[in-house]
This record gives sequence, C-alpha cells and structure tokens, in this order.
Amino acid sequence: MIAFTLNGKAVSVEAPPERRLTDLLRLDLGLTGTKVGCEAGDCGACTVLIDERQVCACMVPAAQADGSAIVTVEGLAPAGEISALQRAFHRHGAAQCGICTPGMLMAAEDLLRRNPAPSEAETLDALGGVLCRCTGYRKIVEAISDVAANRPDAVAPAVGDAVGARIGRVDGIRKLDGTERFGDDVAPEDALWLRAVRSPHARATFTLGELAPLHAKYPGLVRVFTAKDVPGNNGFGIYPTVKDQPVLADGQVRYRGEAVVALVGDRATIETIRDDEVPIQWQAQTPLIGCAAATAPGAPVLHANLPDNILIKGRVARGDVERELAAAHVTAEAEFETSFVEHAYIEPEAGFARRVGDRIEMMAVTQQPVAHRDEIAQVLGVAPDRVRLTATAVGGGFGGKLDLSLHPLIAIAAWHLDRPVRCVYRRPESMASTTKRHPAHVKGRWGADKDGRLVAIDFHGDFNTGAYASWGPTVANRVPVHASGPYAVKTARATSRAIHTNEPPAGAFRGFGVPQAAVLHEYLMDRLADQLGMDRLEFRLVNAIRVGDATATGQVLTHSAGLAKCLEELRPHWKRLRAEAAEQNRRTGNGHGGNGHAVIRRGVGIGCMWYGIGNTSMSNPSTMRIGISAEGKVTLYNGAVDIGQGSTTILQQIAADALRIPVDRIQQIVGDTDLTADAGKTSASRQTLVSGKAVEIAALDLREKVLRLTNAGPEGRIAIDGPVLRVQDGDATRTLELRTMAAQGSDGDVLTGHGRFDPPTTPLDENGQGVPYATYGFAAQICDLEVDVALGTVKLRRFVAAHDVGRAINPMLVEGQIHGGIAQGIGLALMEEYIPGRTENLHDYLIPTIGDVPPIDIILVEDREPVGPFGAKGIGEPALVPTAPAILGAIRDATGAVVRKIPALPHRVREAIKLAQGGTQP
Amino acid sequence: MGYLRPTSVDEAVGALAASPAGGSGWVVLAGGTDHYPARVGPRAAEDILDISRVAGLRGVAETDSGWRIGALTTWTEVIEADLPPLFDGLKLAAREVGGVQIQNRGTVAGNLCNASPAADGIPPLLSLDAMIELASAKGTRRLKLAEFIQGNRRTARRSDELVTAIHLPRPANAAKGDFLKLGARKYLVISIVMAAGVIERTADRKVAAARIAVGACSAAAQRLSALEQALAGQPLDTNLRALVTEMHLAPLAPIDDVRGSAGYRLDCALTIVRRLVDRLAS
Ligand SMILES: Cc1cc2nc3c(=O)[nH]c(=O)nc-3n(C[C@H](O)[C@H](O)[C@H](O)COP(=O)(O)OP(=O)(O)OC[C@H]3O[C@@H](n4cnc5c(N)ncnc54)[C@H](O)[C@@H]3O)c2cc1C
Ligand code: FES
Ligand code: FES
Repeated sequence: MIAFTLNGKAVSVEAPPERRLTDLLRLDLGLTGTKVGCEAGDCGACTVLIDERQVCACMVPAAQADGSAIVTVEGLAPAGEISALQRAFHRHGAAQCGICTPGMLMAAEDLLRRNPAPSEAETLDALGGVLCRCTGYRKIVEAISDVAANRPDAVAPAVGDAVGARIGRVDGIRKLDGTERFGDDVAPEDALWLRAVRSPHARATFTLGELAPLHAKYPGLVRVFTAKDVPGNNGFGIYPTVKDQPVLADGQVRYRGEAVVALVGDRATIETIRDDEVPIQWQAQTPLIGCAAATAPGAPVLHANLPDNILIKGRVARGDVERELAAAHVTAEAEFETSFVEHAYIEPEAGFARRVGDRIEMMAVTQQPVAHRDEIAQVLGVAPDRVRLTATAVGGGFGGKLDLSLHPLIAIAAWHLDRPVRCVYRRPESMASTTKRHPAHVKGRWGADKDGRLVAIDFHGDFNTGAYASWGPTVANRVPVHASGPYAVKTARATSRAIHTNEPPAGAFRGFGVPQAAVLHEYLMDRLADQLGMDRLEFRLVNAIRVGDATATGQVLTHSAGLAKCLEELRPHWKRLRAEAAEQNRRTGNGHGGNGHAVIRRGVGIGCMWYGIGNTSMSNPSTMRIGISAEGKVTLYNGAVDIGQGSTTILQQIAADALRIPVDRIQQIVGDTDLTADAGKTSASRQTLVSGKAVEIAALDLREKVLRLTNAGPEGRIAIDGPVLRVQDGDATRTLELRTMAAQGSDGDVLTGHGRFDPPTTPLDENGQGVPYATYGFAAQICDLEVDVALGTVKLRRFVAAHDVGRAINPMLVEGQIHGGIAQGIGLALMEEYIPGRTENLHDYLIPTIGDVPPIDIILVEDREPVGPFGAKGIGEPALVPTAPAILGAIRDATGAVVRKIPALPHRVREAIKLAQGGTQP
Repeated sequence: MGYLRPTSVDEAVGALAASPAGGSGWVVLAGGTDHYPARVGPRAAEDILDISRVAGLRGVAETDSGWRIGALTTWTEVIEADLPPLFDGLKLAAREVGGVQIQNRGTVAGNLCNASPAADGIPPLLSLDAMIELASAKGTRRLKLAEFIQGNRRTARRSDELVTAIHLPRPANAAKGDFLKLGARKYLVISIVMAAGVIERTADRKVAAARIAVGACSAAAQRLSALEQALAGQPLDTNLRALVTEMHLAPLAPIDDVRGSAGYRLDCALTIVRRLVDRLAS
C-alpha cells in the first residue's frame, strides 16, 4: 500500500511499486490533469510538486511517493476558483493547446512559492525543464511576471466589439485547471489497450510466424491483428486516389516505424511484450535514403505505379527565364538543403474506439474529423455515416495530426472485438511512425536589373516525401507558386518534385514546403542587394508585391497585400538594430576567435514571406451552423478543430459580432462528425478565413431570420432572455416566444442559420497559371543575434515581426501564433534534425526551450481582406516562414558564414565560419 | 519480480550480495532520472533495489580531510549547499544537469554510476580529485574517480556493491573551480563538449596546482595532465590561456555523432579549455 498526501488529502493506493507516478495519478487515481509527453524527463508535461519541489512524475516510482506530499494541477485551485497564477495565464493567452500547461503551472508554482517576484532570468531557469511547442514561451514569461498584480480579466467586450478584442480563450479555463480532455484522457476504464509493433527496418519483407506460442505465454493478450484483419481497404492516404499507406503492412515495409501487427490486451501485457517476442521473420533490404539514391538509375521501385519513384512534379512558368537572366544586371545563385523536421507536439497520438451496434464511435486526436471519418470508414469497408469521430482536445498538431495515425488500428480492433480499445503512442513511436516536414534540396538563380528590380527567377526544389504520399502532392504544388517569395517578378520558372524514399512519410507541417523555399529566396535577395549596393530591406521594399501586381501564376492581386507596409514598419527597427550591431562589432573587433578569445559577432537579418491561405487551387469549403434552442441557448456547431491556435475563440467572436449578441452568450459543439458539419481541415492557415467566413454567413443568416420573424429592421438589437427573444428596433420591442416554435432538425433548435464558404480559386494550367488562392498573408521579420565565432553557437537577441493579417480578430491570439511560429522557425533554423533511428526522442531531437526564444516585438499590419470575415485572413503558417531566413541572414551578416545545410547546428556554423574566413566566400 | 526499499546500507548491500531468485540481478534505483528514460516502451519486469530510503547517504558534509557528498545527494542539494569557491565548477555543472525537475531528483552518484561520456558531473569531480566510496557485504573500498569510470557506461562497481559517498580532499591552497558547457540549446541539453577545472593559487599569485578535465570528447572524461603541468608554477596574471595548445588535448578521442563531428569537438575543446583557464585565472 502506497500512502501519501495528494492535493492536501490523504490517499492510499495499491499499485506496483515501480509504476511511474504519472500512471499512478492518471490511471489508478483518475487524475488526468498531469500530462505525459515522453516518459523520459524531456518534456516536463508531467511536472508535479513533491514535498514542495518540482519533479517529473514520469520518473518517480510509485513507491517513492509513499509518505510524501504531492500537488498536481488539480490542487492549484482547491476551492474551485482558479489561482492568481492560473488567472494570469488566462489573461495573457499563455496556454494554447494546453498540453504543456499543467507542467508549466507546476514549475511556475514551485518558483513563485519560493520567490514571489522572480526576475526574468529566474523564471527562465525555473521553467527550463518544461517544453512548449505552441506558445514560443513569451506569453508564459509575461504571465508569470504579472501574477503578483492579480488583475481581473479584461471586461467583456460590448456587443459588436468582440472582433478585435483581446479576450481570453473561450476554452481557456479548462486548459488551466486540468479538466481539458485530450486524446489520452477519454477512454473508459474497461478499454483494452492496443500497441502496434513496428518495423525496425527501413526496407524489408517479412513473414509472420505462428502466434499461438505468444498467446500461450501471455494470457492477457486478447488478439494480434494483422493485415488480413483489415475489413475494408488496407490503405489510406490524403488524396482520394492515393491510398498507398497500409494500415498494417502486408509482407513488405517501406520505412522504419511502419506498423506491422497490432497487439491488443490488458495494459500490463501490452507493455510487457517486447517487439522481438512477436514472430516476425525479417528479410532486410538496402533502403533508399535520400532523393539522390531514390532517383539513381536502376534504383528499386517503392510503388509499382511510380517506376521512377517520383510521386509528382509541380511547375509554374511565365516568360523566357533564360533570356531575362542572361540580360540581368546582376544574378545570384545558390543551393540549400534542409532536414526532416518533427512536429514534436507535446501530446502523442491517443484516443479510443468502441463499437456501437454496426457503428464505430471514436474519440481521438485529429485535425480534420470529417475526412478522417471517411478514411476510417473505407478502411472498415463501411459507409461514412457508420463512423462517428469526435475530436478530443488536441495537444498540438502543426500538420502532424492531419494524417491518420492510430485511428484505423483502434477502429479495426474495436470492430472485431466489440469492446472499447484505446491506444496512446509512446514518444519514440510517435516520432518514428508519423509524418515529418519534407527535407528539401532547393536551388535557384535570380536576376535583377540595375535599378534593383527583379527581372527573373529560376527555381527547382526536390522534396523527400518518404515512403508514402501523404501531403507530398500539396507540397509539390504549393512550393512553385511561392518560389518567387513575396516579390513582383514578371518572369519565373519554378519546378518541384516529390520523391519517394525509404524514410518516414513527409507530410504537412506548418508551411507545406514554403519555409524551405523561403530559406533560398531570402538568401538570394540578400545577395542581389549586396551586389547592387542596396540596403537589404530597401531592396525588398522596391520589389515587394503590391496591389495591381501579378504573381508568378498570373494572378493580379486586387487587395490586402501588406508586405510593403510591413517593411516600412520595420525600417526604423532595422536601422537601429543594424547601427547597434555595427557599433558593437566595431568595439569588439574582428577577431577570429582562434585563440580562445570569446569573440562575439553580432548580426541582423531579415526575412520576408507570403502565404496563400487555404488549399491550392482546390475547393476547400467550410460549413457552419448556429442555432437557438427553445430555452434560448445559442449554439455554434463548429466542425473546425482547435489544435491550440484558437479557432474556437475566434469563431465565437465572429459569430457574436455578426449576430450582434454578447460573445459569452454563445456556446459551442466542436468537431463531432455526428453533430457538426464539415469545416475542412485545420491546416493551410484557413480556419479564420474560410470557417470564419462560414460562421459569419451562418450568423448573418440566423440574424436575418430573427429580424424577419420579428418584422424588425436591419438595425434591430437582439436580446435573448431564456425562452424569450426580444428585438429592439427603434422604439419598438418585438418578442419571440421560443418555446412555442417547432424544433428543427436533429439539434432540436428552433431557429438555425447556415453558412458555407469556399474561397474563390481557379485551377492552375500546365504552366501553373491561374488563381491558386483567394488571398495571401504577408510578413517580414528581423532577427538580431550574436554568433560565438569560435564555437559556432548562436545567441538570439530579439525578433521584430511585422505581419499583415488582414484584421486581427483577437490580437492576443495572433501574437501567440507569431510567437509560436517564430519558436518553430528557430528550431528549424538552428537545431531540429530528425534522423530515423537516432533522434527518436526529445533529448536527441532538440526543440527550443524557454531559454532559446528571445523577446519578440510584434507589429500587426491590418490590410483588410474583403473576402475574409471582418477583413481577416490567416496567421498560423505565415508566423513561421520568415523566421529561419531572418536567422540565417543574421548569421551571414554577423560572420559571412553561409550555412548550406539546415539546421545551422553549432558545428555547421563553425565550419561555415572557417570557410568564410578562408576567403572562399561562396 | 522484486522491489526492495532498504533503509540501511547494511540491508542494501546484504540484498546485493545475493542475486534475487530467478532474476538477472538487482537494478539499483536512486533518483530514477537515468533509470526511467532508459525504459520507455515495452520491457520485461526487473528486480529493483530502490535505495532512496537508505539512511545516511544524503547531503554534503565537511570532514577532517575535506568533504563528503552522500550518494543520495541531489544536484539541487549541491547547488544549495554552503561550499567554498573550490566547488563553483561543480555547482555550475549541477545547474546544467537537465532542468530543475531533474536537479531536484537526480543524484550526483547516479550520474557517476550511469557513466555517460557526456555526464556533466564527471569533469568537475575529476578536477576535485574525487574518491568514490563503495560498500559491499565484504566491506568498503575507495577508488579514484578516474579508476571508477572505465568507459562509456562502464564503471568499476561490482554488482554486489553500492556507491555510498564521494569524498573530496581539501586542497593545500586557496582554490577555485569552474565549469563550461557547450550545447545546442539553452536548457535540457546533452553536452557537445564540457570542461571543468580547479586552480589552486599560492599567496604570491602563482598557480600552485591545476586540475583540468574535459568531457564528451572520449568514452570517459579525461584529465589533461600535460596542461596541468604546464600551468603549474605560472603567475596568474600572465596570459595563461596562451599556454593551452592542441598537444594538451592528446588524451581526448572524440567521436562523430548527431551533436557534432569529432573535429568540431576537438576544435571546441581547445576553445573551451582556453576560456576556462582564463576564467580560473581571473
Ligand atoms: C531530461 C533529462 C536531462 C538530463 N540532463 C543531464 C545533463 O544535462 N547532464 C548530465 O550529466 N545528466 C543529465 N541527465 C541524466 C541524469 O539526470 C543524471 O545522470 C542523474 O544524476 C542521475 O541520477 P539518478 O539518481 O536519477 O540516477 P538513477 O536513474 O536512479 O540511476 C542511474 C544509474 O546509476 C545507478 N546508481 C545510482 N545510484 C547508485 C548507487 N548509489 N550505487 C550504485 N549504483 C547506483 C543505477 O543503477 C543506474 O544505473 C538528464 C536526465 C534527464 C531525464
Ligand atoms: S512525460 Fe515526464 S517529462 Fe515528459
Ligand atoms: S500550449 Fe504549450 S504545448 Fe501547446
């Protein structure tokens, strides 16, 4: 018996002594507020206080809890009212997805109990052990410095003022008090556990032996599922015509981490059976690693229908590139290589499924419930309406949860066994098996005339799309459109290929290949400016694409092209930081650091970007519904999954202002395929624009119905008081008795507004000409940093980020997106490199910690987008794209070093510095 | 499978003396911060000897001949202990072991027993001339840390032994320690290279003795004895850094891995050792 004090109460529990405290809390005691992201001390999501000290519960044996006093997130607000610390987090938007938040709060609680007024450095030290992938940490630091003030929440915005208000997230409190339910928090107690056994080989064939001995050895093993147990199609994939990835491999694997069989049983059994106990006889083959190997003559073929291993090619072409480049006053050319990048959301994939009659009901992580429902159905061989998928809270997605992961496995198991089946990926499994950012080899040659105007760009990118198609086609199509960067250029040729290899499937990751291409275009812009003797910012400003200019696809921008404004806003910061850097470098001299002197060089870089919002030249509608019940409840039926970016809050703000009622009068049902319509994917930065517009249309539709029923004019003011709805129109007040009205449809609402929006685009022709996106986001960021010349290490000092978001529906959440995007950009630029089999955990695979993200100044440029709701467009991906180019440019500015292989790990920076010092300036 | 929580050293070494029935030997568990990360995913049950309750193994104490760090002393306890500047390097290293959660739980002895080439505790303790006290049912013995650490995750500890303490001799002269770590991010980072050192000084501001160690550049961290000799007797106010040469790095044999190439590691080791010497002299 293990006895201890938990959140002030004595508890005693019978459990195996070596069980992790996380499991003891979550499974034995049912307190799921403490999160698990790695079980290895790396993420800190499991941080609790033991005897007044912050500790990772995942590394504490249950036995050691005995006699101690433990506080978890559930203990922060014992009286039900959230604490000053939690309130500060809410006020500052310090929780996005919320999966790291319990750990952050406990680490902060530990700090504040010892030191009620910590300095920023003390805060960073205290929180250094908790990773957050969403917030970029800055709002967390802000919140902690503001706890003592204990200010009340901002007053609720007046009716009609919700859009533009910095309100706390509408789902914010449950992310702070431990009650939010993520993928691993929802399964019923009697659920069986599923664990996939995965390939240790990148390319191999295999045969399965007799399973009876395994069953005999482990009575708790209920069933081992193999490829032949898939009732429908043993294949899934993003594109309707490409279902190339097997749910369970059928005799052949194409990457390390591919699922081979699924073990289902009680938890202890599933956690005990080692992979090598499962009778799989492997015949390993030489894998194709990298695009060069996969495109070499005679390379083995991954998919029979693609004999050259090329999944798809993309192309945008306009004008005579050779002629224009030959005539250019200056040209620059370069090549860069980027790495696999892991999403590293702190929440591993999790969920459960159960069979209800002839239906499967699932609660799991997802970024696109309806598409995933349809995928699960075709794997089960049933009609889509026989699957219900309810999105749990998603602990970070960033594109990684746009693909199926555990869904078909638990669906199949629950289908056959008719028992609830749950699964949660271990961190190494999550990293090995799920999609990554495409490694890219990008090269280009650009030219400008003597006045500093771009005349032509030539670009090619090869993208390693791994073993399965996933989002490879999206990347191959999106990149050529964006290859010119946010600049006006009349002549362009941009081509791309997505190439299959025996590496993890590369899929969707914040930016769909555009961040990789931006590294190249911003390098070339710097080089051209330097050759022309122009300031790097001014050169960009001269070329910034503006309203009236045509893109490389021939689309003439008619509105909301705010890059020039962003650059103008940045200009004073640019000048100031450049001057400071020059002065600092002058003082410290131009030493080479060869004799151990701490030679620090400071540099300032700039990166610009543009990003088409929504899918490329494809219909991507969102459908929304808002209803009023007989009791006067206003419900938004919202199929858009909030993966932390804040769509639930923003859509509610839009609904409130379109309907013209207070924002807190609306409740929501989110992401349930039985209850909400298809809002499309939470990707491509599209939910604010597309779903936002659909919500606006639905709310206006509802408003119009109310006004019509009450014979009120267009300015009528709606007030809902329980079952009585009143409309004030001038001096007249009209009333609707909601209880007297007939309920409509399955929601039981008496009044419903509908909205559907599909952003207007046209298909691209064979030269990539057309209107691929209805609108684009623009941004420019400046990075100020220092390089330790002798070690090749980089210390970031500051970012200044100017973003044209059309309209900031909630500036606080927009800032949070920018912070988080910059943090991921820092990772991409400086440290993140996924190598299968070698960096499959969060200590070998490094993402930025709280100490790695410097202060960020944000300038919001609001160049209204008439297509979007209240003038808004999107921010999710634009936040990340310019960051790596700005960092790499600043490293060049500081040292002359050109890092060709990203990330710019210290050893690569040092190498590049030596090369630059050797006088072989590339 | 067994799980024992002895409360005394005798009880613990008594258990270690006899292998558990049917098992493959006791697995010693202290703070668990190396133990659990090595056990993510399915695995067979083990016999665990949880020493966290063993009495008398916690805390830092001054002794007649120097200091004793009990085997269960955590990194946080080292940071918070009242210790002379000799220990500044060890304290700096302690602050860099993982995050605060790790420091609150992880033990100094566990770091040594785990014997990772990148263990941040080893170079400072080498520079402090640490002796490792091992206890078994047969008695106790003491080993120099350099003898205790035998290579990458290999130590001289016999399976029937428990590390009970780390002993640090009091130097003859006023002394100061320091530590420098190179990693690819700010917190929670495995060292690419780290160096620790102690310089003892004479009353007339000369180096009485220098002890410099480098980690993550060989299977086990190494003292740079040629450099130590070169520094001995030098006036502190001269440019000591200039004395450090590539030749002094001869004991190092770094490898290429995801964190850096061998060549880069050597390059950085030179820089870091020079900076360390600079700081120690000032
Ligand atoms: C996220 C994270 C970050 C980390 N960062 C760093 C870092 O920056 N630098 C660094 O050096 N380390 C780091 N570590 C490693 C670890 O925290 C340290 O090595 C710690 O000091 C180990 O102590 P412990 O008590 O937790 O060891 P345990 O995990 O309990 O044991 C470690 C090993 O030592 C053995 N052992 C422990 N005590 C004894 C004893 N008294 N007698 C005999 N055998 C014993 C155990 O059997 C085991 O093999 C990190 C770990 C994590 C999880
Ligand atoms: S789950 Fe404990 S640190 Fe990640
Ligand atoms: S809010 Fe920190 S990981 Fe999502």
